[in-house]
Amino acid sequence: MATAAKVSPASAGRSAVVLRAQRSLWQDAWHTFSRDRLAVTGLVVLAVITLGALVGPYVWSDQGKEIDFGLSLSGPSLAHPFGNDDLGRDLLARAMLGARVSLAVGVSAVVLAITLGTTIGAVAGYFGRLDNPLMRLTDLFLSLPVLPLLLVLVYLFKDTLQRTIGLELGTFIMIVSVIGFLNWMPTARLVRASFLTLKQREFVEAARSVGAPHGRIIFRHILPNSLSPVLVAATIGIGGAIITESTLSFLGLGFPPDQPTLGRILYEAVNYLDFAPHWAIVPGLAIFLIVLAINFIGDGLRDALDPRRKI
Amino acid sequence: MGRFVARRLLVAIPTLLAISFVMYAILALAPIDPLAGFAADPRVPPEVRENIRRSLGLDEAWPYRYVKWLLAAVQGNFGISFVSRSSVSDLLWQRLPTTLAVVGVAYIVGVIIALPAGILSAARRNTVTDHVISLSAYIGFSVPTFFTGVLLIIIFSIKLHWLTFLYDSRVTVHDLDSLVVQIKQSIMPIAVLGLFDAAILTRYIRASMLENLPLDYVRTAHAKGLAERLVVLRHVLRNSLIPVVTLVALGVPAVFGGAIVTEQIFHVPGIGALLITSIGNGDTPVVTAVVLIFAVLVVGFNLIADVLYAVLDPRVKYT
Repeated sequence: MATAAKVSPASAGRSAVVLRAQRSLWQDAWHTFSRDRLAVTGLVVLAVITLGALVGPYVWSDQGKEIDFGLSLSGPSLAHPFGNDDLGRDLLARAMLGARVSLAVGVSAVVLAITLGTTIGAVAGYFGRLDNPLMRLTDLFLSLPVLPLLLVLVYLFKDTLQRTIGLELGTFIMIVSVIGFLNWMPTARLVRASFLTLKQREFVEAARSVGAPHGRIIFRHILPNSLSPVLVAATIGIGGAIITESTLSFLGLGFPPDQPTLGRILYEAVNYLDFAPHWAIVPGLAIFLIVLAINFIGDGLRDALDPRRKI
Repeated sequence: MGRFVARRLLVAIPTLLAISFVMYAILALAPIDPLAGFAADPRVPPEVRENIRRSLGLDEAWPYRYVKWLLAAVQGNFGISFVSRSSVSDLLWQRLPTTLAVVGVAYIVGVIIALPAGILSAARRNTVTDHVISLSAYIGFSVPTFFTGVLLIIIFSIKLHWLTFLYDSRVTVHDLDSLVVQIKQSIMPIAVLGLFDAAILTRYIRASMLENLPLDYVRTAHAKGLAERLVVLRHVLRNSLIPVVTLVALGVPAVFGGAIVTEQIFHVPGIGALLITSIGNGDTPVVTAVVLIFAVLVVGFNLIADVLYAVLDPRVKYT
């Protein structure tokens, strides 16, 4: 990412008076980010939850699979700090497994959406001829009723995919691709906008004048400079994708019952709200904390990466 | 102005056509048999099943069926539900007013909360008031709607016994008592959506006000001795609300998504609940119609927002 720093006008202007050791754009961003208390709190919370989801199931002796009707619907205790569900399974273990799936879905869906959005946005912004049709396509996707369409797609393709690839992997691939395919539009718009401005800048003109091919101009010169808004959008998009996945699971159209995701646990808990409110609160709070942490991080990143805010 | 509206309408129609075509194609090409329910029934012999298929017109090629369906749909005829055997448009007309009422009232509640909150937050930037409002707005849009609903049920229905959490669609308002019942059962569904709307709107209004506050015309207003109140309410607020209109339109799909979830939690008989039930039943004609209605609503609100934006902001050229 050193190129990003070299060509950035912000760092070029600053180098006139060097009073301290020079920092790259990313070090600079990290400096701003680390002073944002909310963003750092979000990062810590997200790190703890991610660690719990990744390592937790290996450390915590209970795997959330043991059925014990003696413990059915019992509240938090020392042995089971988050309580138990109707089959007496440990909710802490199930929440950790659920968070693992939710985070995996969120990150994968966003990777897909960002890849698609960046490609479409870059092509539209760089090649003027394709700009209009691609942007009409983006507008079309933006006016789709996302959740109803998601529900219909999941309902239609769930069985086939599960039969061909397997129950858990099939559901995972389907949900990730459906969420990804319906969420690339904001990225495409951002990337297109920054491609349109950067395309006119001197350093791109210089690259073109020395005979750099299109691919090199796009990947080496323009793309690195348009990545920061994409990074912010991606961060916040993970939160959105996690909410979407949980919503699908909550409506009963997500993952199968034996694979706990946070939304699925909440869906199962809804019928027992009067006996065991803790059952619903544990996964709900987990989703909320993850999304809130992600949003704080995204906002912190926006402040840190926006060159207009730095003087 | 009239030409601008007409042009926007002309763009909206192909959008809707494209959406309906894609949707119909997906449903037609999907590996799901709408008559799968009959296949499992041993009393229905295969030749009868073929006859039913033919009587429903399912033996024809799907592009042909799409054109026929579209021509009928334009006239308000969405076919017959496979499950309830009643006309789909009747089902829609029963359900649509409920959804629109819940979404609409929730939106008004959201605006009533968000306007003062957003203005206060921007006018008193970086004070405790601002921090409290911003943090609440953050929390408000980070809580998924289904969790807000569940929390409200736990607090107000189960712990406090104030409200019932099952929406009773048989309640009709004819006197004061039934009005109270209706209000009591509508509070929670509306609150779930309203708080979500309020959180988003507050952030938009705050951000937009902050962009306007350092501008020259604000300084001029201050310089000629206008009271702070007037500067904020009469000058800054008006200009700040213009971009909010567009942002609100972009959020419409999310609002209807929230409506589906809310209807499901509280058993409100709107079109969102109809969609979930029909998906569960494999009732293709109803599913197609409901998704199309959602598309019409989203495109329609986008259109309204575009036109409003042009009306509000004289700098927008009517092209």
